Amino acid sequence: MRYNRWALYGLLCLAAIMIMAPVFIMISTSLKSMDEIRNGSIFTLPADPSFAAWSKAWLGDCTQTLGKKCGGLSSSFMTSVQIVIPALILSVGLGAVTGYSLAVWKMKGANVMFAALLVGMFIPPQVTLYPLIIMIRELGIFGSIPGLILVHVIWGVAFTTMMFRNFFKTVPQDLLKAARIDGAGFWALFWHVMLPLSLPILGVAMILQFTYIWNDFLLGLTFGGRSGQPMTVALNNLVGSQFGEKEYNVDMAATMLTALPTLAVYLLSGRLFVRGIAAGAVKG
Amino acid sequence: MAEPAPDVLQRSDDQKIPIKSGKKRWRPQWSAGVALIPAMTITIVCFYGFIIWTFIISLTRSRLLPVYKFTGFDQYVRLFANERWWTAMQNLAIHGFLFIGGCVVFGYLLAILIDRGVKAEGMFRTLFMLPLSMSFIVTGVIWQWVMNPGLGLQEAVRALGWASFEFNWIVRPDRSIYTLAIAGIWQQVGLCMALFLAGLRNIDPNIWKASRVDGIPVWRVYLHIITPMMRTVFFTVFILMSAIVMKAFDLVVALTGGGPGFSSDLPARFVVDHILNRQELGLGAAGAFVLLCTVIAVISPYIYFELKKERGGRGH
Repeated sequence: MRYNRWALYGLLCLAAIMIMAPVFIMISTSLKSMDEIRNGSIFTLPADPSFAAWSKAWLGDCTQTLGKKCGGLSSSFMTSVQIVIPALILSVGLGAVTGYSLAVWKMKGANVMFAALLVGMFIPPQVTLYPLIIMIRELGIFGSIPGLILVHVIWGVAFTTMMFRNFFKTVPQDLLKAARIDGAGFWALFWHVMLPLSLPILGVAMILQFTYIWNDFLLGLTFGGRSGQPMTVALNNLVGSQFGEKEYNVDMAATMLTALPTLAVYLLSGRLFVRGIAAGAVKG
Repeated sequence: MAEPAPDVLQRSDDQKIPIKSGKKRWRPQWSAGVALIPAMTITIVCFYGFIIWTFIISLTRSRLLPVYKFTGFDQYVRLFANERWWTAMQNLAIHGFLFIGGCVVFGYLLAILIDRGVKAEGMFRTLFMLPLSMSFIVTGVIWQWVMNPGLGLQEAVRALGWASFEFNWIVRPDRSIYTLAIAGIWQQVGLCMALFLAGLRNIDPNIWKASRVDGIPVWRVYLHIITPMMRTVFFTVFILMSAIVMKAFDLVVALTGGGPGFSSDLPARFVVDHILNRQELGLGAAGAFVLLCTVIAVISPYIYFELKKERGGRGH
């Protein structure tokens, strides 16, 4: 039995090492100099850790500017922040209200509409991409942050609605009855009863929507244009289009900068993330 | 519940309940209806309306811009004669098989290991699920660096003394598709583990007691008793991973760029490339529609079971 326990921990540690190795390689490469990368192995620790590559990834290389900007990721980071916060609030808010309305007020056709919305979660974004481009262009917000916010709300609402609707379905009928008899109308019931009850699910929806929107690539690539380039698109451009010798340390620092916000949210949120990720895995 | 609870909130019952509110004219149901308008508009217009629109475009000869000159199913004929499309579809099959298979096998094994009752379970779970929080672009860039033959894993292993070690799949047209599965499994295995672990925790503990009394070895209990009981979890994992595979776009862009050549191209990338870059809107739309049909074929049993479960759960 004792040998079994050792084997068990051995296998788990091996799996943990294999999963963490690429993350370790990313961090250690970002702290090395190019000389060290060329002459060393990806597994070795940086001999003289330096954040030079990080600052180059963040601010850009101002000695070889092609345009006016230095080409760092800092502006895209800000773009991503400006997209994520409004899109997060709007999509979660809309999902909460829609889910509440569908689950509690049971109008005719509510289940049909929910099924239609649920199926919408599975639609690959490529299928509606071009009509969406036309719509956003006609609205005059193509290639801008408001355009991207709208697109993210459209793509996020099915997921957030599902989360809230399924949660509100579990609220006991007696509680709703009591509130109704006390004279609570649609919004009073929402603000004073349902929303306070749904705080955990609100947290889950916020964390997941943050992760999805921050990590999105296709929508940012399609709708961002030049001025609305989010972090993932900028990272892909940086890695794909360096002239001369590739600077792997800068690439890895840029990758770290892109991964850090969602990584931090994941590590801080713990179980809430796990609760939502399974429900949202089907999302487009 | 044999009978659904009498529902005070339903429109028909509403008149029977005395409501103190003085504003009798504006009934809450109307607010509920108004609140649904944005989501309903999105569903009808942006989901279903746009699918139909894409289908219509696929029946035209549109190139750079939509032109509504119908040519029947010409674009589909062109699509199915397109070599790159078939490479992409074949790659979807290979990648789907390896990725889903790998996620299921490794995810289940990790879940079983954790389920054996280990200390620091939370730490292992957190580590295994860590890649999930990162984007496919980040995953792709990291693995592109790890697998690059010049300075990556191949060189590192050679430097350790194994001089003939070869791992250059990412630059080989006949192997590049496999690199996608490696990176994909790395990212998604934690999700499968979490789903399987939740399933294992739902297993009746008496089964373990009974099998211990009978002296059945642990591995046989897992193989012959637990695994058959977990079939709905396997089904769910399979569906979720299929949905991820069919939408796979970011990962291939960041990891291989579809290359070398088009050797690791996937349908989702084919579609985006033809719509955005190649001015082949009609062909791209046809590809998108075929992709949608593939998704529907895989997903519809799942949706059916979900809705059936829900109807069953509330009692007829």
